[in-house]
Amino acid sequence: MGTTASQLPKESLSEYQELTFLTKQEILLAHRRFTELLEGDERNHPNPRVPMDAILTLTELKSNPFKKRICQVFSTSENRDGSLTFEDFLDLLSAFSDSATLEIKSHYAFRIFDFDDDGTLDYGDLEKLVNCLTGETADTRLSSEEMRQLISNILDESDIDKDGTVNLSEFQHVISRSPDFVSSFKIVL
Amino acid sequence: MANGGSFNVNIYEEDYDYENLGESGPSQDPFQLFKEPACNVQGNPGDIQMEMFTKNSDTSDSESTSSSKESYNGCRLRSLQRNNWSAATRRVLSSMPSRKIGLHSSAGMAVRETCALPTHQTSSRVSLHIPRVTQDDITSPEFEEISTEDEANNLAGSGLWCTETNKEQLVSDLRGLSESEGLRKLRAMPLSLADKMEIRKHFFSPLAKNLVINRNFPCRNLPCMYLSRMWRHCRYAPRFSTSLKLWNSSMKKLSGRYGTGVLSYFTFLRTLLFINLLFFITTFLFLVLPQAIHPPPDSHGESFSWIEIFTGMGYLSRSLMFYGYYSNITIKTTSITSMVPYCIPTAYFFTITISFFIICIILVYSMSKSFGKSFQVFKSDGNLSENVFCSWDFKVTKKPSIRLQSEKISTQLKEQLSELASREEERTLMQRFRNFLVHVAAWFICLASIFFSALGVYFLSKTISKVLQNLDLLFMAAVVSGFNLLLPGIFNFCAWMEKHNSPCTRVYVSIFRNLLLKISLVIILCYHWLGKIAVEQDPQVSKCWENFVGQELYRLLLMDFIFTVLYTFLGEFVWRIFSQKILRKNRKPVFDIARNVLELIYGQTLTWLGVLFAPLLPAVQIAKLFVLFYMKKNSLMLNCQASKKPWRATHMTTAFITLLFFPSFLGAAVFVAYTVWKIKPSSGCGPFRNLTSTLESVKLWAERMKDHHQILSWLIRAYNAFTDNPIFLFMPSGLFL
Repeated sequence: MGTTASQLPKESLSEYQELTFLTKQEILLAHRRFTELLEGDERNHPNPRVPMDAILTLTELKSNPFKKRICQVFSTSENRDGSLTFEDFLDLLSAFSDSATLEIKSHYAFRIFDFDDDGTLDYGDLEKLVNCLTGETADTRLSSEEMRQLISNILDESDIDKDGTVNLSEFQHVISRSPDFVSSFKIVL
Repeated sequence: MANGGSFNVNIYEEDYDYENLGESGPSQDPFQLFKEPACNVQGNPGDIQMEMFTKNSDTSDSESTSSSKESYNGCRLRSLQRNNWSAATRRVLSSMPSRKIGLHSSAGMAVRETCALPTHQTSSRVSLHIPRVTQDDITSPEFEEISTEDEANNLAGSGLWCTETNKEQLVSDLRGLSESEGLRKLRAMPLSLADKMEIRKHFFSPLAKNLVINRNFPCRNLPCMYLSRMWRHCRYAPRFSTSLKLWNSSMKKLSGRYGTGVLSYFTFLRTLLFINLLFFITTFLFLVLPQAIHPPPDSHGESFSWIEIFTGMGYLSRSLMFYGYYSNITIKTTSITSMVPYCIPTAYFFTITISFFIICIILVYSMSKSFGKSFQVFKSDGNLSENVFCSWDFKVTKKPSIRLQSEKISTQLKEQLSELASREEERTLMQRFRNFLVHVAAWFICLASIFFSALGVYFLSKTISKVLQNLDLLFMAAVVSGFNLLLPGIFNFCAWMEKHNSPCTRVYVSIFRNLLLKISLVIILCYHWLGKIAVEQDPQVSKCWENFVGQELYRLLLMDFIFTVLYTFLGEFVWRIFSQKILRKNRKPVFDIARNVLELIYGQTLTWLGVLFAPLLPAVQIAKLFVLFYMKKNSLMLNCQASKKPWRATHMTTAFITLLFFPSFLGAAVFVAYTVWKIKPSSGCGPFRNLTSTLESVKLWAERMKDHHQILSWLIRAYNAFTDNPIFLFMPSGLFL
């Protein structure tokens, strides 16, 4: 753990500070947690990539129902398998940090909720979203009738151009009305 | 980058077909499109206006939100221009999002790529006034400029979303801004870090790096360079808020298990601790320390017994703790003070008033910040889409808490759905009448209980006019704290009886009742102190009435603490054991956030009321808050579970800070101001003895200073003009507000 390869070079550190919403301490802590996830030999790799399963062992993400979507959204790998490099990891933490703007948070929230990655939230996306929110147990799940009613109400309220889906602008409009969003869309290591 | 690029091109090729298809759409029915926007626009025009007028430097919403729209718009624009639409048509059509899924997907994808970002002119016109979906009928005339600047917005020139020319364009536009502006903009773009670093490399070419420094700090000599480098270093130094590192890890654990609501209570506690610390440091440095170094001649060491810690009598009453100890001398003996004599009465007066003033500024500032975050403080529960999109708290990490959160959201959604379904059913007249009666009964019970408790305290204070000994002194304080403990239980029962429409209303109503109770008790006590004790100055009660009042407040604060400990122990620990072992219920008690915060505010009010009479009271409050944190935290972890009711944390925090400022701080400030202005200090003790009012000491000091120093006499003349002419008083308060 103490090898030079696993330490963060100074120029990179200041660059990360400039380009993300994280403070120096947060970046160093992120680096430490990230290197803990790597296997021994991977640590000397110049730009290691951690598979999704390893990322999901982090306590902050372990039980989150959106954990897989979060990894997929921030992953820059070719096959979108959810594996993260350190820079992807910093992107993730930056979007979820204290000082990230509402726009960034709402943008990434939209991408996380867009389960099929088509750029809009349609019926299927919303259904999956509500199921993630309400959990797995039988008494908290919504019945199909309730689900249908809920989604039609959501679309009534937020779908302004009436195309049957919620796009990014409509989503951000809804988010902007809720002051709690910024404080709840946070993950801190 | 290469990976992203190839992927992107694939997506775009599909979209290009859709876009061509889409062209035919508008040409067919422009009128329909004109009609539709009118009925589609919902939401608050207020919000929209606000978004339109946010400053560009304020990492405006345009980057991410309209980036997709602009990239799409640029492309759309070419197609529209080819058709020679009128400006108005173009405006409306271009602001309508596509009805084809494909275009949206490309818009969503394209945002991720650097090159799809629109150009940002230094003038805010372009980025700000891109109309959003909801602004179809509020489109700004600036949209015309976009069409004229179409060449600059040449995103779809070659028909591809992603080209090198676009990236260069973006970079060149960023270059138009100053370094900090550009970086801030770049930071706020929803791109991957690799893309941002590449843009940054273009933005800051190695050559430009030196230019950048010189551009901002145009000085070439060495000290200047060091200064500028240090300034940049400071900017990246840990921000002030993260330097409040006290208890960070505990609070993270708490929020992981209990969510944002409970966290707001502990954050509030920490804020109060820092406010008290600030107060304490000022009074300690300027008041306590000088007096401690020069003890008054008539103080003797007295015998000390443990009871005195609780009653504040005896040894403590003749110590630095209370007003009576402070003398009215001017210190001239040490080397520094022989040149500038340190006058203790003046120091006393100014320290207290200036500390109050500083705290006032801090509270107003945090209140305005809080209001800015939640400008719809009294809005009701919110609609379904808000609940679905915004209610998941990502900070919660423990599995059982996540399960609880899912339960909470599920219950909330189901309740709202059933409420929507049943909204059509009118409640019968009998039902409504019965509800009304229940409300009236509940309010009657609450107000009656408040009235009787206030009356009880009033009579008790009147009968305790003879000198009491030892623990009997604590009786009054115990009664007040007892009322504060028991009556909210009655209020909770009433609230349970009433069955309000929404949990939000219920919380507000119970907070209001609790607040009313505490305010009435405090007012009765203040009236008793200022109206009776201070005016009559009965030597039987005390030779030094300020000491008496200070001791009363000290006892109240201590009793409040003891009762809180008792409540935590009995109400949470014993109740949990009782309900689990005897009642065999699996549910632990819930942490009542509103009640606990009001307790904190009450304690803080007492501290502020008492600081004039007992300068070390903030230290007592600090110790109390410190112990309270650990006690509440441990009790929470052991005994309580997270609440099942939704708690709108931001609204509540705003409400609490407002409550801290408005009845609590302002009330204490009025009390202190009235004492200082009108009440005659006692003649036997304290720094203001033998004066008709506290203010007089300042006037005397000013007179003395006028003879000695020129500058000060100037100041004093200005001050006199200031206070004599009421207009001058209104001006700064007007400015301030």
